[in-house]
Amino acid sequence: MALILPQILIGIAAICGITTILAVFMMIADATVANYGTVNININSAKQIRVQGGRTLLSSLMGEKIFIPSACGGRGSCGLCKVKVIAEAGEYLPTELPWITEEERIENIHLSCQLKLKKDISIWIPEELFNVREYKTRVVSIKDLTYDIKQIILVLIDPSEINFRAGQYIQFQVPEYELSPEPVYRAYSMASQPSHKNEVELEIRLVPNGICTTYVFNYLKEGDTVTINGPYGEFYLRDSSRDILFIAGGSGMAPIKSMLYDMAEKNITRKATYFFGARTGRDLFLTEEMKELEQRLEGFRFIPALSNPQPEDNWNGETGLITEVLDRHISSGENTEAYLCGSPGMIDAAIDVLTKKGIPQELIYYDKFA
Amino acid sequence: MSAGTAFYAIFFAAIFTNNILLTNYLGMCSFIAVSKEVNTSVGLGTAVIFVMAITSVLNWLAYYYILVPLNLVYLRYIVFIVIIAAFVQLLEMVIERVSDRLYISLGIFLPLITVNCAILGASLFMIIRNYTLLSSFFYGLGSGIGWAVAIISMAGIRQKMAKARVPKGLAGAGITLIIAGIMALAFMGFSGMIKII
Repeated sequence: MALILPQILIGIAAICGITTILAVFMMIADATVANYGTVNININSAKQIRVQGGRTLLSSLMGEKIFIPSACGGRGSCGLCKVKVIAEAGEYLPTELPWITEEERIENIHLSCQLKLKKDISIWIPEELFNVREYKTRVVSIKDLTYDIKQIILVLIDPSEINFRAGQYIQFQVPEYELSPEPVYRAYSMASQPSHKNEVELEIRLVPNGICTTYVFNYLKEGDTVTINGPYGEFYLRDSSRDILFIAGGSGMAPIKSMLYDMAEKNITRKATYFFGARTGRDLFLTEEMKELEQRLEGFRFIPALSNPQPEDNWNGETGLITEVLDRHISSGENTEAYLCGSPGMIDAAIDVLTKKGIPQELIYYDKFA
Repeated sequence: MSAGTAFYAIFFAAIFTNNILLTNYLGMCSFIAVSKEVNTSVGLGTAVIFVMAITSVLNWLAYYYILVPLNLVYLRYIVFIVIIAAFVQLLEMVIERVSDRLYISLGIFLPLITVNCAILGASLFMIIRNYTLLSSFFYGLGSGIGWAVAIISMAGIRQKMAKARVPKGLAGAGITLIIAGIMALAFMGFSGMIKII
């Protein structure tokens, strides 16, 4: 025993000594070889920020509170954090290539999580990203709107207020759970109006086996904390004097509802007609609220339509596919702009009808579920 | 024992008759993974030559000046690995600094060298064979060159083979291992040219 103990101590000391010496070498190298000083990031030729070089573009921007949408946290496994580089990106790394298409290569679009900052760089990002923040929120209410659509109300904790335009969306962070080994993000439109800065309402429809919707339907409880980031999106009411057509199906209700309540608050009395398509009576929701809004908002009409009304629905409203209903109601598309939100199939079909009625393509705004 | 063998004999033996990859089959994972293109394998081969030559010397010094006097020879595996890992990390930093091009062609493969068993193997062989410091350096250099020669030849063959119709079950790693076996047989033609050990 007496002989072995010193041996062990010497061994430990030797290993510690060797690793310490190597660690010192690494630290010296870190401070000299890997020290790229400060670099300038020029964003949209409008904003200039100075950051410590040697880190990735994604994390440097995040440090400056500019959030590039990213789902994997910078491991190069989601391919979302794409950024257009205007000057001096260098060559593509093997880790970026699987995510970059041929067209994106020509445009010099890089994955910001793989791009290490070694010298000054100029990038272009969508203007709206400057306004994007990450919010800690708490679920205060979960309510069934229909058998497969839930209304979730989140109260913002930190920061406590969000500024957005009616119709924009946020990204909902699903933490790791049974169906997803890593956090993922899904986009949902905000159904609340912008004047309610302290809360966000979402309307989420169950997608069988969907990672986020399964989480929301089976795991999320009132009182839970949820992380969201946003706002994003170009789907908002344009400032004009044209008549407005709103067309939505299912949870496409959310951004339209936000726009309508926003109009009511701002007393925008443009002629507005809202076509809402559903299959049967049990797919309809918020009908009372919309009827009530008709009273308050001058020039607004709500037209729900069922494609497949059941006898028990006692339905005496519009019947048929949303495209047929549009065809019957719209005589001329003159002086009209349209806002569409729903499934890609519904939107494409509706755009067909609207353009035939004479609404130019550029006055048709839409938000497709992808 | 080969302590007395001339260093140039050890150097050439490490390349041809005792090629670490083709006679000991060490360093196979990166050999198979990174041998699709000649350009990349030249880069990786160069890095291995450099790392092997330098780590042989560093490990030789650590072994004879630290481990042997302290009677800690049993710690050689862990000490060698730590030294190799630190050295590769430093090398990666330097390459990233000096050459974008080399970094991109090696980039994500450099960390692979850390766990390349051929590099640890070379350090362990030089201890077993009682090489001197000079011999160790040339042994490391030669082993690296031998490894590079093997991977570059393999990449050349695989590039030629890219257009060949390889049976589906053999495509990829399967046919690469078969080719490696045939290359090893070919290298046996050198045996007897230089006698060490």
